[in-house]
Amino acid sequence: MRYAILLLAAPYTNQASHSALRFARTLLARGHQLETVFFYQEGVQNAARLASPPQDEPHLVDAWSALSREHGTALQVCIAAALRRGLLDEREAARHGKQGYSVEPPFELTGLGQLIDIGLRCDRLITFAP
Amino acid sequence: MSHAKPRDLLVILRRGPHGSSQLREGLDTALVAAAFGRTVTLLFMGEGVTALVADQKAGPLGQKGTAATLEMLEMYDIDRLLVEASALEQFGLGEEDLMLEATAVSQASIALEPASHRLVLVF
Repeated sequence: MRYAILLLAAPYTNQASHSALRFARTLLARGHQLETVFFYQEGVQNAARLASPPQDEPHLVDAWSALSREHGTALQVCIAAALRRGLLDEREAARHGKQGYSVEPPFELTGLGQLIDIGLRCDRLITFAP
Repeated sequence: MSHAKPRDLLVILRRGPHGSSQLREGLDTALVAAAFGRTVTLLFMGEGVTALVADQKAGPLGQKGTAATLEMLEMYDIDRLLVEASALEQFGLGEEDLMLEATAVSQASIALEPASHRLVLVF
C-alpha cells in the first residue's frame, strides 16, 4: 500500500513525532511504500537542521533524514508554516536577507497543494498530531 | 447527503477564529485545494461555527482574522458550506447571524459526509 504521513506536532514536546517515525519504520519493514512525510503546523520543527538534542536521546531530525536516504521518502515541509517559525532553507534565507539557514535537504520547503496531492494520490494519509 | 461522484476534499473546522491558527490554516488548505481545481466541502462544527458570525474584526493580538478569507470562498467556487445545527443552537446563533449562506445539518447527516469525500482534513 502507498502511505503518506502528515505530522503536526513538534519533536520532543510529546509522543507524536516519535510515534510517526516508528509507524514509518514499521510500515516500510512490512513491505509498504512511504511516499511522503508532510510536516505542517508545529511539525515543521522536525526539519530544524540545527537541532542538537542530548546524545543519549533520539535525534529525530537525523532519523527523518536517514529514513529518506534509505527509502526515498520525500520530506516535505509547509513553507508558510516554516517561514513563520524561522525554518528557512538556503534559498529562502537569501531571499529574506537572513544569515545562515535552518533547513537542508532531504527536507524540502513546499506548498500546501502538495499535501492535497499526496492525500488524494496515496492509499492512506495518516495524521500524527499533539 | 450522498453524492454519486465523491467530492475531493472535506475540510472540518472545529475551532473559532481567535485563540489558535487552526481555523485560518483550515481555510488556507481549502483555498489551495480549490485553486488546484479540487471540489471542496467546508464543515463548521462545534466552536468552528463561530467563524461564520457576521461583523468580525481583526483580533487584538495582531491576527488578521478570517472574515476576509471567508468572503473569498465564493471566488474560489467553494460553495458547499455545512454547519452543525446543534452547535449553532448551543452558541445561540441563528442563520440570520451568519455572514455566509450555510446549510445547517444534523449530526446524523454529518456522519455520512466523510464517506462521500476522497480526503478529509480536520482543523
